[in-house]
Amino acid sequence: MYLGELSGLKIGQATRDAFGDALKELGDKNPGIVTVDGDVGNSTRTEVFAQAYPERSFNVGIAESNMVSVAGGLASTGHIPVVASFAAFLLCNAYDQIRMSISFPNMNVKLVGTHAGISIGEDGPSQMGIEDVSLACSLPGMVVIVPADAVSTKAATAAMIEHEGPVYLRLGRPKVSEIYSEGDTFEIGKANTVREGDDVTIIANGLMVAGAMDAATRLAEEGMSVRVIDMHTVKPLDVEAIQKAAHETGAIVVAEEHLSHGGLGSAVAMAVSQTNPVPMAYVNVGDCFAESGDPQGLLDKYGLTATAIVEAVKKVK
Amino acid sequence: MAAQANALTLEELKEKGKVLRRLIIRMTTEAGSGHPSSSLSAVEVVNALWFGGFMKYDPANPNWEARDRFILSKGHAVPVLYAAMAEAGYFSEDDVMTLRKLGSPFEGHPNMKRLPGIEASTGSLGQGLSLGIGQALGARLNDNGSNVFVIIGDGEMGEGQVWEALAAAEKFKLGNLTAIIDQNGFQQTGATQDVLDLGCFEEKIAAFGWYTQTIDGNDQAAVVEALENAAKVSDRPKVIISKTKKGYGILPVLEETGDVNYHGKPLSPELAEKALAFLA
Repeated sequence: MYLGELSGLKIGQATRDAFGDALKELGDKNPGIVTVDGDVGNSTRTEVFAQAYPERSFNVGIAESNMVSVAGGLASTGHIPVVASFAAFLLCNAYDQIRMSISFPNMNVKLVGTHAGISIGEDGPSQMGIEDVSLACSLPGMVVIVPADAVSTKAATAAMIEHEGPVYLRLGRPKVSEIYSEGDTFEIGKANTVREGDDVTIIANGLMVAGAMDAATRLAEEGMSVRVIDMHTVKPLDVEAIQKAAHETGAIVVAEEHLSHGGLGSAVAMAVSQTNPVPMAYVNVGDCFAESGDPQGLLDKYGLTATAIVEAVKKVK
Repeated sequence: MAAQANALTLEELKEKGKVLRRLIIRMTTEAGSGHPSSSLSAVEVVNALWFGGFMKYDPANPNWEARDRFILSKGHAVPVLYAAMAEAGYFSEDDVMTLRKLGSPFEGHPNMKRLPGIEASTGSLGQGLSLGIGQALGARLNDNGSNVFVIIGDGEMGEGQVWEALAAAEKFKLGNLTAIIDQNGFQQTGATQDVLDLGCFEEKIAAFGWYTQTIDGNDQAAVVEALENAAKVSDRPKVIISKTKKGYGILPVLEETGDVNYHGKPLSPELAEKALAFLA
């Protein structure tokens, strides 16, 4: 059973596919957009843009450090570089370059990490970016977005280009459930309440929003009214929505496809502790590397399931 | 905008070089820290670029789009850049005397956010050439004739990213990109050939397809000539391996201290007096 199935959600595009299509469309209108690739454009889907605009696309080969700094240079000449690679290689291989060539000088570079999380599957832990959100959030001024589905990814891609300054956009490999409909609002730093409820709040992002919807559906059968918030922007965090949820529902569970430290859970906990302390529980990959396997099997094994979220809710409520 | 710097004659350049050296010594001694010896080795190259007519820039309009770009990848040598920019009119000599002080934009390594005219925030070694590639690609897209110059340290060549960049610059045939390796022979803990001997830079970089020259980088005339040669090449990236001496200009004064590397420390006020007298 896929995440979102229990709630009747339909499987849509993978977020990386939605990004690739959206970037090309944005490139049609905005001649400032350029791409810098580390030879994985057919995986990250920047190839859609690159095929349309070869003169604005630069594949530097398998050299992520150079890739990121080249983007910094391009930004300082007025262009809007979109740098895409696997989240693991972009954030981990080129972290110092992101720090010094992008973040510190506040360059208008858009970093796109695809194949994030354990749902990449069979390729295994070396390819799984599961610490990327933590690393990205550590950098001053970095906007960090983790969209839940294809529709919000398209909106996030447009918002990222519109935003002046460095952005990290985290995307996944597999097809995911459709949470949104065309025309739904998306604003950086403004969480979306995708299900209303009064008894407890589940704050999630990425594919765990669909998992949260399933958990809410199951808990509803037990008579519990569950609020689900899609916290697509981890930084800057929508503290107001969190404070409101804490105040109105009295307990919060955070679900994310990320290590236990430094991701959405840490960010929400900091906000809750400083505004309206309430019991909290966390659903994430934990403090470990995962392994090879089929994506669904991995999500089950590492506890990224509706069942795990339901259990977490019962710990705090 | 007419912003081509007026080219100084060779004799004028040599005098300007002394001015830069005096400023480097004065500002680092005043700061009580910094890397004067690493700055002094690069004086002739920086001097020729800024005052020999090789770069177009406008201190009154540091963001002029078609300006040439200067990246000091070996960011710890920033006193030589501050000295050149002060002489060029971006700010005053008094301003640079605030080097490394709390509240001063003249930080220990270049910070483009705080100081207009600085083209790259460097200090973590190895990134300048890649930034230069990005700027050269950007200039090409902007079709504005802007050229990019990057100064790299010889110790810095140990960073793998530089070699990624050497390959990429050739791929993109960046004829508007010139790298200068300030081969002063020393890095933090000793002679570069002892720490990590990379052999002959010219042979290696030529193998990447670059236009290469090796010169005595403390010979002002040789530096001017090498930059003239490089300016004529527009179909591929260019490198000048600039063999220099760390602390050049005041070497006898440094030798008295028994430390010819003299890495990452200022001259004491007494030693600075001697050095300034020696330069005079």
